[in-house]
Amino acid sequence: MIVRRYLLLASAEFRRQSTYRLALAAGISANTVFGFIRFSVFYAALVGAGGTIAGYDRAQASTYVWLGQGLLAGIGLLGTHEVSERVQTGEIAIDLSRPIDLQLSYWARDFGRAALMIPARGLLPVIIGAVTTGLAFSSSLWAIPLGLISLALAVSISFLLRYGVNLISLWTIDVQGYTSLYMLLMSLLSGFYVPVHIFPGWLQVIATASPFPSMFQSPIDVMSGRVVGAAALRVVGVQLVWTIVLAAATRLMLWRGSSRLVVQGG
Amino acid sequence: MLTMSDAIIELDELRRTFIVRARTGGLRRVAREVHAVDGISARIDAGEAVGYIGANGAGKSTTIKMLTGILVPSGGRVRTCGYEPVPQRRTLAREIGVVFGQRSQLWWDLPLRESFDILAAIHRLPAARARPRIEQLIEGLELQAFLSTPVRQLSLGERMRGEVAAALVHRPRLLILDEPTIGLDMISKERLRQFLITERAEEGTTLLLTTHDMSDIERLCERVLVVDHGKLAYDGTLRGLSRRVALQRVLVVDLAEPQPGLEVPSAVNVGTELNGARQSFSFAPDQTTAAMVLAEVSAVAEVRDLTLTEPAIEDIVRTLYHQSIES
Repeated sequence: MIVRRYLLLASAEFRRQSTYRLALAAGISANTVFGFIRFSVFYAALVGAGGTIAGYDRAQASTYVWLGQGLLAGIGLLGTHEVSERVQTGEIAIDLSRPIDLQLSYWARDFGRAALMIPARGLLPVIIGAVTTGLAFSSSLWAIPLGLISLALAVSISFLLRYGVNLISLWTIDVQGYTSLYMLLMSLLSGFYVPVHIFPGWLQVIATASPFPSMFQSPIDVMSGRVVGAAALRVVGVQLVWTIVLAAATRLMLWRGSSRLVVQGG
Repeated sequence: MLTMSDAIIELDELRRTFIVRARTGGLRRVAREVHAVDGISARIDAGEAVGYIGANGAGKSTTIKMLTGILVPSGGRVRTCGYEPVPQRRTLAREIGVVFGQRSQLWWDLPLRESFDILAAIHRLPAARARPRIEQLIEGLELQAFLSTPVRQLSLGERMRGEVAAALVHRPRLLILDEPTIGLDMISKERLRQFLITERAEEGTTLLLTTHDMSDIERLCERVLVVDHGKLAYDGTLRGLSRRVALQRVLVVDLAEPQPGLEVPSAVNVGTELNGARQSFSFAPDQTTAAMVLAEVSAVAEVRDLTLTEPAIEDIVRTLYHQSIES
């Protein structure tokens, strides 16, 4: 069974992450505190603008903020350095000495990580948001399955982007600069600071031409019911296209880069 | 009569060059070519046990990386288990087991046992075959006591036994051990060697071992390859190596009372220190034993403490190097 290996890798990562209980608790408190800060800022802007901005009212704004706070750890917004660190230390030799696809094995592991982080880091902030500032979910029955698909694709896109940035280490050992650039572009264009929908027109054009909204704004839009029906399907379709494009691009990167790989250390 | 299919490793004029850029003050940088592996040819047949030794930076690890397909050669040819390592890396990975002594292939945060189950799945072993094999390795390497301990809490000796088990779960045809005993105490080393001897007798696994410890080679390998500056300096039996290079050991004893230089029948006194309270005796391990030398010294003086030094690989390589210049 080929799938079984990837399931085992995912479940091992799930359990690995769950051993860091204190880090989980710290993450939940941080997400909650920042949730209140982000909502206050957004709400102040709403009041200043006369109650709504680009279709966001108080409930919609609260949903956007708290869903975002709940999902950011699960989607893996804060970046990963594992692959580039393993290239730097030469540990990558271990991964490459296994009869398994590098991209798929790290992808499976990231799903395992997300499967823990989404409930563990997500549930509490969303409940706190629902109790304090109120949430508005989609009334469509399709919102749940479509929301889950959208979320899985968002995790995949986030993974593939992080993995791609990490693979740059095959060409240049120090990827710090690229990681910083990625974090800057991603947090702005994904809709993490403010929703993509309230960007000025020119910035919206740039954002929608990039994969970043598909990893954060899209699942929130689908789950909160901001997009429904055909519009929701279209959003998920765009996510699917980005997943395929990025999967192909990172495979090409590894194929081109592995011939240059110099495994470090003795 | 051996056929080509019996070759597990074939190296033909294998080369690997690295470009090293060194800063020479200011903004200028000088690129220098380093020939880490500089035309090595060798053939290792199925079932052989070969020690691959050389000083640090001699080219051992570079060769191993090319053998396993994780480093592209600059020239020459390499075949491992009949495969081209780089293009067929993943197919080859099912035939070989590798332990990089300095790196772990175990799941750091999970109980040791889980690494074996995950690796069995990665190698697509059906549970019916994986389970008895894992049990066999647990017993052979005495892992039972710490199977449910997270790997990060294991001692070095325990972890290294776990690493060897992990490399053997899929019954590889070729086992490559890169410094497996580095940092281990005497008992852990001996336990690991004993297991490897049994394992090879039962499974017929080909073994390629790099080490800094000559006694690993003496216990495990029939054949030795010595690499120096990227070239093979010796390829032959350990006995042949000891004929060309004196693999002398030195027994250093601390005496209760300072003594003038002691003479014993089966060893040569090669130095006295601390006014004669510490004396060193050199002997050839194929002619006598450390116990015999110690008994002879004890017969004439009271011994308080002792250490036994192995021949250093660097010394062996240096001797071979000078011999090749003279000839």
